[in-house]
Amino acid sequence: MATQVVMPKLSPTMEEGQLARWLKKEGDKVSMGEPLAEIDTDKATMEMQALSNGVLRKILIDEGQSAPLGQPIAIIGEPDEDISELLKSAGEAKPGKSEAAPEQIPESDAAPAVETKPDEPVPAQAAAEVSSDGKKEPVQTGERVLISPIAARMAAEAGIDFKTIQGSGPGGRIIKKDIETAMSGKRERPSATPGLRPMPRPGEKGVIYGPSAYRDEPVSEMRRTIARRLVTSLGPVPHFFLTIEIDMERAADMRRSINELYPDLKLSINDIIIKVAAVALIQHPHVNASFQDKTVRYYEHADIGVAVATENGLITPIVRAAEMKSLLDIPDEVRELAERARARKLKPEEYTGATFSISNLGMFGIEEFTAVINPPEGAILAVGAMAPKPVVSDNQIEIRQQMRVTMSCDHRVIDGATGAKFLQTFKQIMENPLYLFVG
Amino acid sequence: MAVLTMRDALNLALKEELARDSSVFLMGEEVAEYQGAYKVTRGLLEEFGPKRVIDTPITELGFAGLGVGAAMAGLRPIVEFMTFNFSILATDQIINSAAKMLYMSGGQFKIPIVFRGPSGSAYQVSSQHSQALESWYAYFPGLKVVMPSTPADAKGLLKSAIRDDDPVIFMEQERMYGMKGEVPEDEELTIPLGVAEVKREGKDATIVARSLMVPTALKAAEELEKQGILCEVIDPRTIRPLDIDTIVESVKKTNRLVVAEESHAFCGVAAEISAEINERAFDYLDAPVKRVSGVDVPMPYAKNLEQLAIPDVERIIAAVREVSYS
Repeated sequence: MATQVVMPKLSPTMEEGQLARWLKKEGDKVSMGEPLAEIDTDKATMEMQALSNGVLRKILIDEGQSAPLGQPIAIIGEPDEDISELLKSAGEAKPGKSEAAPEQIPESDAAPAVETKPDEPVPAQAAAEVSSDGKKEPVQTGERVLISPIAARMAAEAGIDFKTIQGSGPGGRIIKKDIETAMSGKRERPSATPGLRPMPRPGEKGVIYGPSAYRDEPVSEMRRTIARRLVTSLGPVPHFFLTIEIDMERAADMRRSINELYPDLKLSINDIIIKVAAVALIQHPHVNASFQDKTVRYYEHADIGVAVATENGLITPIVRAAEMKSLLDIPDEVRELAERARARKLKPEEYTGATFSISNLGMFGIEEFTAVINPPEGAILAVGAMAPKPVVSDNQIEIRQQMRVTMSCDHRVIDGATGAKFLQTFKQIMENPLYLFVG
Repeated sequence: MAVLTMRDALNLALKEELARDSSVFLMGEEVAEYQGAYKVTRGLLEEFGPKRVIDTPITELGFAGLGVGAAMAGLRPIVEFMTFNFSILATDQIINSAAKMLYMSGGQFKIPIVFRGPSGSAYQVSSQHSQALESWYAYFPGLKVVMPSTPADAKGLLKSAIRDDDPVIFMEQERMYGMKGEVPEDEELTIPLGVAEVKREGKDATIVARSLMVPTALKAAEELEKQGILCEVIDPRTIRPLDIDTIVESVKKTNRLVVAEESHAFCGVAAEISAEINERAFDYLDAPVKRVSGVDVPMPYAKNLEQLAIPDVERIIAAVREVSYS
């Protein structure tokens, strides 16, 4: 039976797709799961797979053309089948919404009995097909994970959930090396209690972090009112901004020392900022939160979106559970994510669902700026350049490394004092970075 | 140990076995007076006389059938094909008589015969004289298929083939007759059929190669070592029975397999090895098994095209890098 192939939803925010390249031509045999075309979405170039077997009978849009979700873009059928009806209906087909079922974000057991429907779905590689009788049939390839047999077996033996691992093989295939990497390296540290609350303890060896679990708490009447009023007064997301200046002498020293110990590491100030922000977020759960209309969602982990400028625009790949990760791990992860972001090779789950974002324009010499929140996150930290500045200390003028950060806060979840306290902790750790090692 | 060419190692094996067992005799086109088209039978007529070293007419089907009859009657014939390309004419005797006689006679007639000669690609002899036929013969139950890659293996394996009670297809490589290597001088030293040899040990990827592809694979492994990839090179030496266990053990260690062969990929020996590994070592694979085979065209005559049709070091390196994700 011939079927129409429709423009699939390949990213959570995708509304239409541009046909980058057909991988099959009319008359080619196709089988289910085979790549059919490459689609440029708003975020990345993604492969679209065929969802039925047969022959690619008709291509309905050319390379370079765009189509909204659900619009028929090709017809697959038997070589001798009559497809005139389908062709006709394709011509008339109104672009509809894709029926692609979203992948559910796992819900925490602690979630109270309130609405817990995630509104930030991570898309599976899915598409809808319309059968020749005109009935729309949602079809989904599901979250098929490519993994080599030995990698699958090693993951099972080590108790690793490989679905959370980013494969480094062709097409994102998870290979043996990826499992070995996931299994390696956990450093035990003694715990002590400084003035600040204890650092989150490093996770178990080989633990891989997926999107953070969360708990949803009902929005209070007062918060609802604040939300409603601020939205109407200041656009969809009511921003406010908090700026603080931070003495970076010790952080810069620490970075130098670590890089002397690990010359290949190339630890950057931004890597330290990611770690410090994550640690501070865990101590300020009200900042690591998002407004969900009827609930406020508090995240267990700090999944930090790191703004990366690419030729095609801004994208924020995510360092998951950054508070659990070592300064020895973060630089490589950020570098690798950024490289793939520039190559448009990120998977949707790698750039959707952060709990907090960081945007750094320091390398451009920007001293201070404000960033726009990436909804539904509650806040974003805009980081300016670190530079030597005259500072008054003990009635003397000293020249010290200073850096200014500005946090944009969603006033529906974060109030001024809440944000200010977070920045206070952030500053405190940044100015005494040894905290990261004794916590 | 003496250093001999492949040609002389084969000659020595024939000589030793003719001397050892009076039921062994040799026949084929130009094997006696002319001393062999590739001089593998040099000196044998002189030493063993015209009753044991026999020139035949150009009638492959005829003398192959003669050989099968002689084997049924209790002799141990060695039939030389000037090249295996001409064995195509004799396939009825090889496949329908030699391979099946033991089975069809209910075990009454064993057929201790060796069909030997050069096979695989030669230099610019074009489509009809430059082809690999091992997958043809390995297909049939009842035939053993042997393909040596060194002079020592050639000698030890040919001696075993002559002493074996089943029909053996013994495929020498036309380009390798002049290749030199150390050969043990022990006359009783034979190499059992059906036993592979690890020609080089490694841990990152396994390359299975036979015949001409063995030295090519070893060169590729040398280059790959410089790039930090340590390859294990396995020569099955006997295609049937195939020592799959040695390959499986290696794949369990390296998790990656490349099979290099001169022959066409389709329905070839590499396809068979790939299927066996899929069945026996699936859980150990980190990448799909990769074949590096001859190009799917009749062998071209033009030298440049001929070179492109046969797998080389670069193609093997590329395949290993692909399965090693490097």
